[in-house]
Amino acid sequence: MNNSKTSALAISIKNLTKSYGKVYALDDVSIDINAGEFLTLLGPSGSGKTTLLMAIAGFNRPDKGSIKFSNKEMILTPPHKRDVGMVFQNYALFPHMSVFENVAFPLKLRKISSVEIEKKVNEALKTVQLSDYFQRRIDQLSGGQRQRVALARAFVFGPRILLMDEPLSALDKKLREQMQIELKQLHRQLGVTTVYVTHDQREALTMSDRIAVINEGKIEQIGNPKEIYNSPNSTFVADFIGESSFLPLEKKKDFLYYSSEKISKIKLSDKNQKWSLVIRPERLSIANKSYKKSLSNIHFSGEISELVFQGETALALVTLNEGDLLSVRLSTKSSEDFGNLSIGNKIKMYMDIKDIIIIPLK
Amino acid sequence: MNEKLLKSTERKEQLMLTALTIPALISVTLIIVIPVGWLFTLSFIGKSGDFSLENYQKMIVYKSYFRVFKTTFNVSFLTTIFCILLGYPLAYFLSQIPKKFVGIFMITVLLPFWTSLLVRTYAWLVLLQKKGLINNYAIELGIWETPIKLAHNLNGTLIGMIHIMLPFMVLPLYAAMQRIDRQTLQAASNLGANPFQAFWQVFVPLSLPGVAAGSLIVFILCLGFYVTPAVLGGGKVIMVSMQITAILEDQFNWGAASALGVVLLVTTFIFLLLASRFLKLDSIMFGRS
Repeated sequence: MNNSKTSALAISIKNLTKSYGKVYALDDVSIDINAGEFLTLLGPSGSGKTTLLMAIAGFNRPDKGSIKFSNKEMILTPPHKRDVGMVFQNYALFPHMSVFENVAFPLKLRKISSVEIEKKVNEALKTVQLSDYFQRRIDQLSGGQRQRVALARAFVFGPRILLMDEPLSALDKKLREQMQIELKQLHRQLGVTTVYVTHDQREALTMSDRIAVINEGKIEQIGNPKEIYNSPNSTFVADFIGESSFLPLEKKKDFLYYSSEKISKIKLSDKNQKWSLVIRPERLSIANKSYKKSLSNIHFSGEISELVFQGETALALVTLNEGDLLSVRLSTKSSEDFGNLSIGNKIKMYMDIKDIIIIPLK
Repeated sequence: MNEKLLKSTERKEQLMLTALTIPALISVTLIIVIPVGWLFTLSFIGKSGDFSLENYQKMIVYKSYFRVFKTTFNVSFLTTIFCILLGYPLAYFLSQIPKKFVGIFMITVLLPFWTSLLVRTYAWLVLLQKKGLINNYAIELGIWETPIKLAHNLNGTLIGMIHIMLPFMVLPLYAAMQRIDRQTLQAASNLGANPFQAFWQVFVPLSLPGVAAGSLIVFILCLGFYVTPAVLGGGKVIMVSMQITAILEDQFNWGAASALGVVLLVTTFIFLLLASRFLKLDSIMFGRS
């Protein structure tokens, strides 16, 4: 098994464009993926994330642009010569072959000796915990097992780039969460550059070294999960990642205000007129009787219009006095927070001013 | 509670569903089961009018009967093989072109069905015979000098049969091929298979059930075929169907003719049985996966 992180390849994409008629699936996309990193392409359906992955794999021909694997131009190379491992959304296993034969397929094509093939296949199956299944036919496997076979088949021949197209979307929640951890461990073990496509932002935040948020063929923002979550640079990213409430801000001289509440200082020279305050529901706290107003907090007041119990937490929708809606995440543990609340209650909320996210509206 | 009511409602529904099959059952019984059953019993009646097994005994004893069966299987087998060879590329083409073009090309495959079998067979005669269109044009263009015997022999029969049977091979083959997941082939390509390798190692094995289904249909249709071998065979290609006709026309021996028919029927059933055992006919014929 290849453990050397130095053998992983970096991927450099420049000005990649792919259009289908008038629609731009990829619109001048450029991104540098570091060798050995786990990068997630995150976006809604039709955003172009799969198109980008397929372009890296060689399954579509972009209109223009460059794709380099560690400085080697690959854009004209056919898919069977790119030497990348790929896990398809529906696994794409060979139904007429056994598990062993499926995993051995890429090795056979590379003319590896049968002794070596057997060794590598068994190693790969052991890694995905399917050692006892090598004789099975594909139609005898469960979804989770098929996923592991697809995975084993993708890395058994030691590719230096691994591509995954929403591999966990067909699995149920528990299995999916388990596999997320296993994939992360596998990535650490193999040290292979991994490009992962998903529309599930929680999955992206869990697994990635960096996330590239894609929308309508363009990359909106790239950063590590913390950056993306805490400092989204656009309404789209703020809305797509995590839950958010958006409050309109007014610019008065060199400060931004929400109603009478001073939110943030900005440069007078900043041309943007309209700003949005992004608030994560879990950053808000309810001001109970013992709360003392603090200058390091910003404050809101309103009336609870909806209360949703969600198991370990609850969500309260609050209509602020100004008319805007704010979502507050409440712990269901303390009865003070959740147990005593009901629709129609008037409440006051506060939040640390350090947790604010402001976004200019273009 | 309500157990009896629920059960009786269920039973009533099942009965009504079964009742829907009654018209079909009656038609099949009247049109097929009774006449064939009658012929079946006839096969056990000898020339003298009494019960005897002489019709079946004749088949084992006389070499001519054996030759007829051998010819029938030969022609059916060869037709099937050639239908596979010609039909596979055509079905592959249909399965690979963009879906919007499939309709047009499918019409060309199905167009022959618009013409009656007899007319198509005689059309081949016009083309293939000694003074037919092919020979005339070939000689005129200097491709060959003396007319080649393309009709009134096995070759002519095969040409005609292949042409007529081809759609029966192409359709189930196409159905099976276009059900092959394109992503499976992409996976093969991604794993290092060049287009040639992906085709032979992944596509062809996955298309084999379609080949089997098409072959079965073609083979069984050929077994009982009459018109084409009769017209294009020139009396040299004698299939079971023609032997049956000959016996009836010459000897009025319903017993002997029926016996031949029974043997043909039983053979067909055996083939179908073997096929259903070894092939997943359910999924090919009815699209169940």
